[in-house]
Amino acid sequence: MHGLYNFVRGPLAWVAFILFFGGILYRLISMLLGARKKDGVVFDYFSLYYGLRSIFHWIIPFANRNSRQRPIFTIVTFAFHICLLAVPILLLAHIILWDESFNISWWNLPDSIADIMAIIVVACCGYFLWRRLTQPEVKFVTFASDYVILAIVAAPFITGFLAYHQWFGYKFMLILHMLSGEVMLAAIPFTRLGHMFYSPFTRAYMGSEFGSVRHAKDW
Amino acid sequence: MAEGQVIDGIYFNEVIEDAGLDEGTKKLTPEKIERVINDVLKGETGARLKTYVDTCIHCGLCSNACHYYLSRDKDPTYSPAGKVKQTMWEMIKKKGRVSPTFMKRASQIASTQCCVCMRCAMYCPFGIDIAYIMSVVRRICHLLGITPLYIQDTAHSHAVTMNQMWVKNDEWPDTLQWQEDEAREEIPTTRIPLEKEGADIMYSVIGPEPKFLAQLLYQAAIIFEVAGLSWTMPATPGWDNSDMAMYTMDSEIMGRVKRVHFETARRLRVKKIVMGECGHAFRSVYDRGNRWLGWKMHPFYIEHAIEFYYNLLKSGKIKIAKKYEEPVTLHDPCNVMRGRGLYEMARYVVSEMCADFRDMQPNREHNYCCCAGGGVINCGPPYKMTRMLGNRVKAEQIAATGAKVVIAPCHNCHSGLEDIVSHYKLGTHVKFISDILYEVMEKPGAV
Ligand code: SF4
Ligand code: SF4
Repeated sequence: MHGLYNFVRGPLAWVAFILFFGGILYRLISMLLGARKKDGVVFDYFSLYYGLRSIFHWIIPFANRNSRQRPIFTIVTFAFHICLLAVPILLLAHIILWDESFNISWWNLPDSIADIMAIIVVACCGYFLWRRLTQPEVKFVTFASDYVILAIVAAPFITGFLAYHQWFGYKFMLILHMLSGEVMLAAIPFTRLGHMFYSPFTRAYMGSEFGSVRHAKDW
Repeated sequence: MAEGQVIDGIYFNEVIEDAGLDEGTKKLTPEKIERVINDVLKGETGARLKTYVDTCIHCGLCSNACHYYLSRDKDPTYSPAGKVKQTMWEMIKKKGRVSPTFMKRASQIASTQCCVCMRCAMYCPFGIDIAYIMSVVRRICHLLGITPLYIQDTAHSHAVTMNQMWVKNDEWPDTLQWQEDEAREEIPTTRIPLEKEGADIMYSVIGPEPKFLAQLLYQAAIIFEVAGLSWTMPATPGWDNSDMAMYTMDSEIMGRVKRVHFETARRLRVKKIVMGECGHAFRSVYDRGNRWLGWKMHPFYIEHAIEFYYNLLKSGKIKIAKKYEEPVTLHDPCNVMRGRGLYEMARYVVSEMCADFRDMQPNREHNYCCCAGGGVINCGPPYKMTRMLGNRVKAEQIAATGAKVVIAPCHNCHSGLEDIVSHYKLGTHVKFISDILYEVMEKPGAV
């Protein structure tokens, strides 16, 4: 078990981070080069001001009409995304790892809060699962891969929660937790989780078209 | 129209006879389909389509943007992402290896169950442009020869005559002369100046105006005369600003039609093109034709009728004699509201003309499409019920205002709303802005 632990913590973590950062870089660069080749229009009409204007209206809850029409979804999705980003970055146990490996550290969330936030992430995943299973307009556009993606996202939080509470064998859970976290990192650039880095571009492009050509709002 | 059938393993939410689709599909082979799809995906599209498809998280949040989905009791086959699922996702996943029946259904969806109104781009958190994706599907269908019959005929008219309605070269000036004669009985100094080089404005209209709605030319002549403007209309092809080839995605014809229009304005050395009350024509001139021809923006100012009337009222060149009394509401046409942001100007114009203006809910850029636009009404009688059942929300929106008149500053919207109003027995009249403006304006010099 110790050998496995070291492997997951060492080389596999490197692989995951390289795939994550390298993958994002690769996807973004190929998107921009591809756009240069066939969709020059994206650059011609791009406007930083209108792009940001649009992004702001979509990263602030209830700042656009659709989010006001679906208050529950809006609260769930914002809670989900905030916790999803904050917990892995601001968890004390993670920061200690960074400190041990690279001698860098930053402010951390109190463990009890991080714990609740992990539960929020899992609960939100449950909500998304419920939507996919029961809401006809979501069910119709759901593929098997959408469930896999949901599982990939939920897994590190479930295993992390279990490991923190030392249920079902700490070491074993910890290995599962690291593994699932690595799977998620590596999956982001190569699945629809890539909306994480694509969405600012698609939003900004639509914002630019609406702002500078159409003279209309897009929220 | 029959509802909900599975044909050759493909689900059709509406079963409609259309010779263009039925006959066209018979001529398809799997090889041809595969080649054309891949030609378009690899040769004509690129990062934009790929990014849209890769980014879409299949969340369905775009659904409640679409009037078809809302009006069809939330049937997911009408939701924006649902339409992409039944068309583009499958084409990409199968690398173009889809059946002729699949393509027939894809053409039905893209051409008659989506108005490319772009409302859903304002509801998708990522701004994914489903109208663009549907246009790519239309492009594939065009190249495969499976476009609905009626709109294809219109595209042929554009290709042959450079106008939408097979109007012959001598019919056009004849009609203008006839309307000028009529207008001179009201204001004797009225002219419709043809081919006047160096005029400030070239006024262009869509093919149906001389064909069926000649009184609009009469009204325009009176408005120009009273406002005392320097204007002209061309006597040659190029007078028509409409463009159904844009909607069949016959982009080559669209480019030719737009080039003739722009070159005519160039030849007449005008400062700006003022366009009649039409939305799709505005989209083609203001947003699409220029891009196809390689211009970021135009060498002349492109002004839609709403902005034109706004300027005339604001500057006092046209004055209102007596406001229109009946309660009115305003339909915001997608192509000039979401497409050009003219909503406040439109409201100014309507409030100046009318004593009792009642806004629809939702309004401005959030207004529901008329369900005639995007070329859907031009797909002809087979699809009338597609439009009627596909836009119950519009009928409800209009009814809730209690207005007696719907002002629709767009030809497609105007015709589409007339159908809606009669199908749902709303007892409302549909009018253009110019219908009312002509009625309520001061007309010095009238006899
Ligand atoms: S009709 Fe409009 S809202 Fe519906 S899918 Fe097409 S573009 Fe989107
Ligand atoms: S187009 Fe946008 S709103 Fe619609 S399913 Fe995809 S991501 Fe969700």
